[in-house]
Amino acid sequence: MTDQASARTSAYNEGVIRLLVIATMFWGVAAFLVGVLIALQLAYPVFNLDLEWFSFGRVRPLHTSGAIFGFGGNALIATSFYVVQRTGRTTLFGGETLAGFVFVGYQLFLVMAGVGYLLGITQGREYAEPEWYVDLWLTLVWVVYLLVFLGTLMKRKEPHIYVANWFFLAFIVTVAMLHIVNALALPVSWTGTKSYSLFSGVQDALTQWWYGHNAVGFFLTAGFLGIMYYFIPKQAERPVYSYRLSVIHFWSIIFLYIWAGPHHLFYTSLPDWAQTVGMTFSVMLWMPSWGGMINGIMTLSGAWDKLRTDPVLRFLVVSVAFYGMSTFEGPLMSVKPVNALSHWTDWTVGHTHSGALGWVAFVSFGAVYFLVPKLWRRARLYSERLVSVHFWIATIGIVLYITAMWVSGILQGLMWRAYDSLGFLQYAFIETVEAMHPFYVIRALGGVLFLIGSLVMVYNLIRTARGDVREEAGAPAVAPGMNPAE
Amino acid sequence: MFSHSKIEQNVILMLVLILITVSIGGLVEIVPLYTVESTIERVEGVRPYTPLELRGRDIYIREGCYLCHSQQVRPFRDEVERYGHYSLAAESMYDHPFQWGSKRTGPDLARVGGKYSNEWHAAHMADPRSVVPESIMPAYGFMLDRPLEAADIAERLETNRAVGVPYSDEMIENAAADLEAQADPEADTDDLLARYPKAAVGDFDGNPALLSEMDAMVAYLQILGRMVDFTDLKPEDLRQ
Repeated sequence: MTDQASARTSAYNEGVIRLLVIATMFWGVAAFLVGVLIALQLAYPVFNLDLEWFSFGRVRPLHTSGAIFGFGGNALIATSFYVVQRTGRTTLFGGETLAGFVFVGYQLFLVMAGVGYLLGITQGREYAEPEWYVDLWLTLVWVVYLLVFLGTLMKRKEPHIYVANWFFLAFIVTVAMLHIVNALALPVSWTGTKSYSLFSGVQDALTQWWYGHNAVGFFLTAGFLGIMYYFIPKQAERPVYSYRLSVIHFWSIIFLYIWAGPHHLFYTSLPDWAQTVGMTFSVMLWMPSWGGMINGIMTLSGAWDKLRTDPVLRFLVVSVAFYGMSTFEGPLMSVKPVNALSHWTDWTVGHTHSGALGWVAFVSFGAVYFLVPKLWRRARLYSERLVSVHFWIATIGIVLYITAMWVSGILQGLMWRAYDSLGFLQYAFIETVEAMHPFYVIRALGGVLFLIGSLVMVYNLIRTARGDVREEAGAPAVAPGMNPAE
Repeated sequence: MFSHSKIEQNVILMLVLILITVSIGGLVEIVPLYTVESTIERVEGVRPYTPLELRGRDIYIREGCYLCHSQQVRPFRDEVERYGHYSLAAESMYDHPFQWGSKRTGPDLARVGGKYSNEWHAAHMADPRSVVPESIMPAYGFMLDRPLEAADIAERLETNRAVGVPYSDEMIENAAADLEAQADPEADTDDLLARYPKAAVGDFDGNPALLSEMDAMVAYLQILGRMVDFTDLKPEDLRQ
């Protein structure tokens, strides 16, 4: 980067992180927008536009991949590159070139995958939809990402590897393992897009959910816990609550998560023994999850008052609270009799979104609000009040979303199993679809609020990057362009 | 005495320990599914898909049907009454990939075969609300007009064979002819039915002049759940 700002000060590679932060917000807004579209499609099928490229089945993977890999992935790469340099007091291994390849390669992966979905090119594996050639490309990019991260750790100038990096490392390595195994497929021809999975039936089901559940466990949890372990202490200006708890948290969560995949397959043709093992480990997973939550939240010991005055810290801490809530809900839904009701309903969708919006998105928002003034060398954000506005709009959006999905999911589950007094099934399937309509409308409204919040954020970040500062009561008076202390 | 700080100071040690830690669960759970023979029930009737059904299945995957429809009936009273016998592992053993799904925005399809006429399916796919006014399914009218691409049908069967589906040489040699014959009301389908018992034959989309994507789609839907004959099965046949 020849940008004068970075030339002026930084001893670290920050140009590529700026690009990754921009990509994070781009894919975030895009994924939220597409999410609103598919929510509207379920409420009003006319939004399928009668065009094959915009039908729900093709657009939904665009939403999930956009949110998980576009928004989440870019946030993880950006923060991991930032954290590994700062905590090791060294620059990136391979410098801006290798990291730049990761940035460009990863965006290319996202575009190839997304364009493919709209054209109907998919492996039909949830959260692993990209076809074989896209998977191969991602594998290459991911190996380079691992190299950059590992290499940077190796040339660190601090004797100890900071805890956030343990989580980032486990995330990168495990995602590589999951991706490579689950994506194994044989192309019909080397010049065509279509492939058939190496696995079939019940073995394929467990392989896919071993992948799928640990995309949650390692992509959306371990990686973002890395964010939590760096950015909450930084923003709160307090050390991590307990070192010992973080050691236990780390090893127990990465060991237990891998086992929990079968809870996606309760009461299916998966043999009972595997279901029972999956249930047991899913319930156990509650403990390390809450251990991590406690470690994150208790880091505020002695600094609780900052929650009132610092909206960025509020994003970070409330994200951990949402994490605690959804990691309680998850084990609950992994108890087989509860799952008998919740499986295949919107309750699962609501659970996913309390994790995705409340935890993953909020902790990312907090980290990006922290990063942008640092990366663009600004004294502070353009407006703290707009951060607060964003926080409340987004929170109301999440609450609307997840409560609507709880009600619709439990309602649908109960309607499916309802019998009338003569012993016949009380409802035809289509009656249960009809009953979902009001909740699908509320859910779409929740999504719109979340999207509006993210647009407020983008505006705030652009003004911040430009160096604008909004005069606000209570904000510290600073001269524009002044460098904050590290 | 053991101290965690050793691990914290050695990247490679940490990397190796992480790899070991995250490998155990998957190995313990997935490997036995290949080695324990009773994982797949020993029932008769499950066969590879006909070329036309396979192409229909490709389209099912292409359109993301699995995002709203499951193919897995659970062993509950209400599900068995609504959909039919609970699903067996054997029934999807040739499915690369499996399509059990994770959401029922629409009904389960594991046993939809034979429940509705071809005309109903074609009308429903082309305009769902013309037959089910409350439906929220997208319309797939374009499948009626689009000729089915099947130039590489033999390669598709061969690829499936390479990943474990028992397509015979005879099946692969006749792939293109079988594909045409299944949707042609005039064709002699004896050989096809000898190779692929219970396949639905005839015109599927209401237009015998064109072999369309709709023909393939409906042919696939019409075989779902029909391969295993449940009338003469004993409980011990189903034990895993």
